[in-house]
Amino acid sequence: MKNKRSWFTFPYVIWMALFVVIPILIMMVYAFTVVDPDTNIAYASVGNFTRMGVYLSVFLRSFWLALVATVICLLIGYPVAYWMAKEGPRFQRIAMALVMLPMWINFLLRTYSWMSILENNGLLNQLFRTVGLLDLLGVDHLQMIGTSGAVVLGMVYNYLPFMILPIYSVIVKLDGSLIEAARDLGADSARVFSKVIFPLSLPGILSGVTMVFVPSVSTFAISSLLGGGTQGAMLLGDLIETQFKGGAYNPHLGAAVSMVMMVIVVVCMVVMNHFGEGEEQAVML
Amino acid sequence: MSKELIRLRDCVMSYGDEVVLDHINLYINDKEFLTLLGPSGCGKTTTLRMIGGFLSPTAGDVLFDGVRINDVPPHLRTVNTVFQRYALFPHLNVFENVAFGLRIPKKDGDGRKVKISEREIHERVMEMLEVVNLKGFEKRPVSALSGGQQQRVAIARALVNRPKVLLLDEPLGALDMRLRKDMQNELKRIQQEMEITFIYVTHDQEEALAMSDTVVVMDGGRIQQIGTPEDIYNEPKNAFVADFIGESNIIDGIMRADRVVEIFNRKFQCLDKGFGKDEPVDVVIRPEDVDIVDEAAGQLRGAVTSVTFKGVHYDTIVDFYGFKWLIQTTDFCPVDSRIGIKIDPDGIHVMKKSQYSGMFGDYSSYSEEYDELDVVEPEDEDGEERDSQEGGYEE
Repeated sequence: MKNKRSWFTFPYVIWMALFVVIPILIMMVYAFTVVDPDTNIAYASVGNFTRMGVYLSVFLRSFWLALVATVICLLIGYPVAYWMAKEGPRFQRIAMALVMLPMWINFLLRTYSWMSILENNGLLNQLFRTVGLLDLLGVDHLQMIGTSGAVVLGMVYNYLPFMILPIYSVIVKLDGSLIEAARDLGADSARVFSKVIFPLSLPGILSGVTMVFVPSVSTFAISSLLGGGTQGAMLLGDLIETQFKGGAYNPHLGAAVSMVMMVIVVVCMVVMNHFGEGEEQAVML
Repeated sequence: MSKELIRLRDCVMSYGDEVVLDHINLYINDKEFLTLLGPSGCGKTTTLRMIGGFLSPTAGDVLFDGVRINDVPPHLRTVNTVFQRYALFPHLNVFENVAFGLRIPKKDGDGRKVKISEREIHERVMEMLEVVNLKGFEKRPVSALSGGQQQRVAIARALVNRPKVLLLDEPLGALDMRLRKDMQNELKRIQQEMEITFIYVTHDQEEALAMSDTVVVMDGGRIQQIGTPEDIYNEPKNAFVADFIGESNIIDGIMRADRVVEIFNRKFQCLDKGFGKDEPVDVVIRPEDVDIVDEAAGQLRGAVTSVTFKGVHYDTIVDFYGFKWLIQTTDFCPVDSRIGIKIDPDGIHVMKKSQYSGMFGDYSSYSEEYDELDVVEPEDEDGEERDSQEGGYEE
């Protein structure tokens, strides 16, 4: 029986092998080889990694911006999710549709729209000019496009639903009698939240943080469109892209950067999940 | 029993047109074990939640120690609740669940917030766990406990705060029969040991009779009867109470004189008096108060239609002039045999006619009737009433 059933998983196993496992192996091979510029022959080396220090600032900036975006998403998303979960079912459906709506519009379209809003001659600057704000400040335009702020804005805008939805779905399933029990035992609203609702929504927060942080740290579309790409403050996504498509063509280095990023992200997630469990245990003790 | 602690004065609870509680008047004494008993949707849980502070009556007053507390939120009341599904905090272990209320700073007489020291918390929690027989379980996560153990944690969590009143909302509903019996004894013991007022909600009449000092029988948002378990059983006020508490044959009768009631055109001696002459009444005869005799010697004569062995006794259904009686007897009478019965005067209880007259007490649909949990007979108007009430109740 067991063998028979395992046959059904075969298509996916093949898929996994072809498009997940083998590519990762190829990536590793690339990462641990460099090409001799004279002979054009690749040889095994850790040179890609040892030379990566140059890009330390790119790593730091990427992780920093992703972290900022994640924190902002959490600060905005948690109250929204909480509020949504507490309202009636009709309201919940409407709010849910509004949260999801941007996700149904093409990602690039959304990001290009932000471009046209934030550009030096974009909507916002035109608005500022019309109301006289720019004259007041004595500048031709406010520099918004191509800044870290624009990148963070793009990340928050694009990934906020991924924060709201998991938190919402945890809170909405919260047993109302637990809240009554806490009130019954003498807890006021603030304490009900901090001692019962918040700890019990941690799983939702963890998956929300993961779902925002991981795409944020590796995005290149947002940074190249809103952050000015390689001309502006380069992020990991841009760095990797240039190694495959740009003038600095070096797939070996690109693969190595990808690998390091992957390892760091995995470590972050493991640590965070562990921290999450630790938190629960700490409360238990 | 000592002084009055809680009083519900003319409490009404309604949602739109739906009246869930209809002018409830009730007082509860200090250190009393009081049970609110009734079928689902009768308003018993609503009454409890009103005392707990989760609901405020549409009209009327809730008084605690003589002070009106209608608008006092639950966290400021000196009552604690054991919830139907326990409602233990899944992210906390047994110790922390019990300590939850103690860790919340309370205002003292001068309005200053007072924190209980870690040492005292530890002592009180451990002491409470000992009371509920859960010593050694303090580090366990609550999800690793059985239903009965979770129940005990819920009780400990409420009692550790030393409330003046403990509210229990069908706390044993989810436990199996044996455990229920054990926990009933346990609860009674805890109540007596700690000298706390218990207000207990249940639909299980046996449970109510076994544990309570006072039983409040409710139906349709109204209190039908308040009394000691003995009163409620022996002197039911109307056909609803007689039927809901235990088994009873309820027969139409006519009061011919003081201490004389006529059923099936035969006069019976009874102990009841004070009715009008020839007043139509409901007569309750408990199945265990009927003696089976030879047909010739019987006050009433009929044929046995079914017999069920129940262990201690036989449930015997006898047809008297088209009315089916339930008789519990240790004598075996085969189906279709003709028998006579005798009823002592103290086995007959006479009640005034009420809205419930004619709705209960006939055992012609015996098999369904016996399985009390899923009876909603088509001709049972009350059943429909209950259902619609439940609908309004959830809003």
